[in-house]
Amino acid sequence: MAVEGAIATDSVRHTAAVHQGTYAGGLGSWLTTVDHKRIGVMYGLSAFFFFLVGGLEALLIRLQLGSPESTLIDADLYNQLFTMHGTTMVFLAIMPLGAAFFNFIVPLQIGARDVAFPRLNAFSFWVFFFGAVFLNSSFIFGGAPDAGWFGYANLTSAQYSPGIRIDYWVIGLVMLGVSSIAAALNFIVTILNLRCPGMSMMRLPLFSWMTLVTAFLLVIAFPAITVGLVLLMFDRMFGTVFFNPAAGGDVLLWQHLFWIFGHPEVYILLLPALGVVSEIIPVFSRKPLFGYPFVVYSGVLIAFLGFGVWAHHMFSVGLGPIANTVFSAATMLIAIPTGVKIFNWIATMWGGSLRFRTPMLFAVGFIAMFIVGGLSGIMHASAASDLQQTDTYFVVAHIHYVLFGGVMFALFGGIYYWIPKITGRLMHEGLGKMHFWVMAVAFNLTFFPQHLLGLHGMPRRTFTYEAGLGFEAMNMISTVGSLLLGGSILIFLWNLVRSLRRGAEAGSNPWQGATLEWSTECPPPHYNFLTLPRVHSRYPLWEDGGVTSTAPTDEHRLPEPHMPSPSYYPVVLALGILVLGVGGLSRALPVVFLGVAVVLFGIYGWAFEPLERQTHPRRGVGRRSRQEKA
Amino acid sequence: MSQSDAASAEMYTSTGLPSRKLLMWTFIGSECMLFGSLLITYLVYRGKSVVGPYPEELLNIPFISVTTFVLLMSSLMMVLALAAVQRGDMKWGKVWLLATALFGSIFLAGQVFEFSHFVHEGLTLRRNLFGGSFFLLTGTHGAHVTVGVVWLLSLFFMALRGRLTRANAETVEIAGLYWHFVDVVWIVLFTVIYLLV
Repeated sequence: MAVEGAIATDSVRHTAAVHQGTYAGGLGSWLTTVDHKRIGVMYGLSAFFFFLVGGLEALLIRLQLGSPESTLIDADLYNQLFTMHGTTMVFLAIMPLGAAFFNFIVPLQIGARDVAFPRLNAFSFWVFFFGAVFLNSSFIFGGAPDAGWFGYANLTSAQYSPGIRIDYWVIGLVMLGVSSIAAALNFIVTILNLRCPGMSMMRLPLFSWMTLVTAFLLVIAFPAITVGLVLLMFDRMFGTVFFNPAAGGDVLLWQHLFWIFGHPEVYILLLPALGVVSEIIPVFSRKPLFGYPFVVYSGVLIAFLGFGVWAHHMFSVGLGPIANTVFSAATMLIAIPTGVKIFNWIATMWGGSLRFRTPMLFAVGFIAMFIVGGLSGIMHASAASDLQQTDTYFVVAHIHYVLFGGVMFALFGGIYYWIPKITGRLMHEGLGKMHFWVMAVAFNLTFFPQHLLGLHGMPRRTFTYEAGLGFEAMNMISTVGSLLLGGSILIFLWNLVRSLRRGAEAGSNPWQGATLEWSTECPPPHYNFLTLPRVHSRYPLWEDGGVTSTAPTDEHRLPEPHMPSPSYYPVVLALGILVLGVGGLSRALPVVFLGVAVVLFGIYGWAFEPLERQTHPRRGVGRRSRQEKA
Repeated sequence: MSQSDAASAEMYTSTGLPSRKLLMWTFIGSECMLFGSLLITYLVYRGKSVVGPYPEELLNIPFISVTTFVLLMSSLMMVLALAAVQRGDMKWGKVWLLATALFGSIFLAGQVFEFSHFVHEGLTLRRNLFGGSFFLLTGTHGAHVTVGVVWLLSLFFMALRGRLTRANAETVEIAGLYWHFVDVVWIVLFTVIYLLV
């Protein structure tokens, strides 16, 4: 221990020139990068692009519903739009936005130089990217999927959905599943294994904790939908009878497989947001998180209970009173750990010296909107009440209060909070606050009336409604709100572009954050930490001596750490999977064989790639800590 | 590869477990859910086929018992291969690696024979629910065995060229984890599909 030199918050900023290399380089360097920060940026940009695509689809839907018996969009296009809006927002926007934060922030928060498997990380991104492009290319080639984001059997059968629209959906989701599972495996190992010395699990920042829980949810939940999708693919491509009632097939099996994935998926979307809020609120309250262990274990409990509630999506199929009661009760149980978190956030703010900067506004806005969504969630946790609400706009209102008012508010807060870390520049406070207030008002204007529409009986997933049913006014308000919501996103985009060009320099710790990611420069050099840190408390930067260096004092002038070399194989392997997907879609055997060949080439090239320069990020510290032990 | 293994052998990790091994264990956890979902599909559709052939007319327990025995023996070979590599005995390491792959291949040959026999008897993927769920479940397992055989053969050829040494014992161990998992899955499938007809 004697060899450890104390370092102050910013003593790792050694040369000013170092970090300029973080994003430098041409297209080739981005294609082959294995740097978690660049991959995080690519995840973030693609996710935000698809968020805009999904938002545009939503605006078209709202324009159609703005007036009764509108002929702006016909039923067929409407079905494609709501299917792709749901699929895009869940799989191509919110999940990868979460992944962007996992990538950029988690290694920095746990004091590592990269993730455990940098090439696997690049592979996850490229499979996601190709899968997303593949899915959306359906709009150009023959029409987008149109059976809902849940794709209920047997509407998706070759008989009722001929053509290749559903094939796009099935193959696209399998690709996205491969990407998610690969990424989740990587993050589990990274968080469990690459924590810096002193970073025990009970010192792990909440965002990294929730990333870990989310990753476990992903690896456990995704296989179920993968099997469901494979069954569906076999039905459509090879003529099996899994979902053919005439041959004894059970269409409910699809619903079970889908929702055993689908409900944990809700928490896959939500838990990263809970993690972001748990980071923001303590920093802007200048207080440690109230009841840290309770917040951690509540997250774990939410994930655990999340696997026992899937049939609350199926109350109306007639599973019987016992199943309905059990699933009702289990669903209501989830309100307990969720409530614990909300009370802990409020207790953290209680008596703190609050600073309502933009990230804090979004975090507090999140709490308020999420409570509304949580309350309507409790309402349809009751099977009796749910039967009145199923398939109405009430459920649409609920899901948007949870996923937009909840998750997206928190993620926007996260963007404002961490953008200085990523770009080195702050976003504009005035524009940020304007973004928040316009968005908060527009969001409620859009979605609150949908509660009332639902209770009045307006069905969801129907492309129009008759005049005189009493739906006109609320729908008009909702449509106006949605346009305003689109406007708030434009404010955000303007703020983002403006900050890149002339935002204020962030310094290394603009918010006086407490966690390790703020102990490096903004943006961090490509190896993150010149000497790996050792932490001594849960909020290392808030305490004197909370973080020290693991390097011996006489080695202060260390050379740059060796980092993994760039590699083409991840993107090649991902491309092979894309070719396989295209082969399956076109049913062309030569294309399938080509895909197999590219995949094999990718795997073997990957396995035998010379790794001379690929020293492991943690190798150096390992030797040192062994010496310390000795 | 050898250098990364040498590096990982002395690498510090928070749990003390090598990262690649932890990755394989986590992956196996995920695979459990995959096979679990397939198995549940098979069980849900047991006895639901509306046309034959039915399982009791086709399943040949003595034949599959033999190939099952072969697959289980391959796990023993795998243990011997790892033990040989760990003590630096690459000669026997090569022998046992090849033997493991060979026994896996015999199992696969048995599966190919069984599948073609069933198809000959009229059971195809699209014939009935039994056909679909049986071929998908055992086929997925067979695909996993195939991947394992290719992996083991790759290790064997690396050893032939002298690129697999004692320093790579962890690589062999991880391949072994995968191989044993695939065998364990077969024990479950054999019990559920064949013994509980």
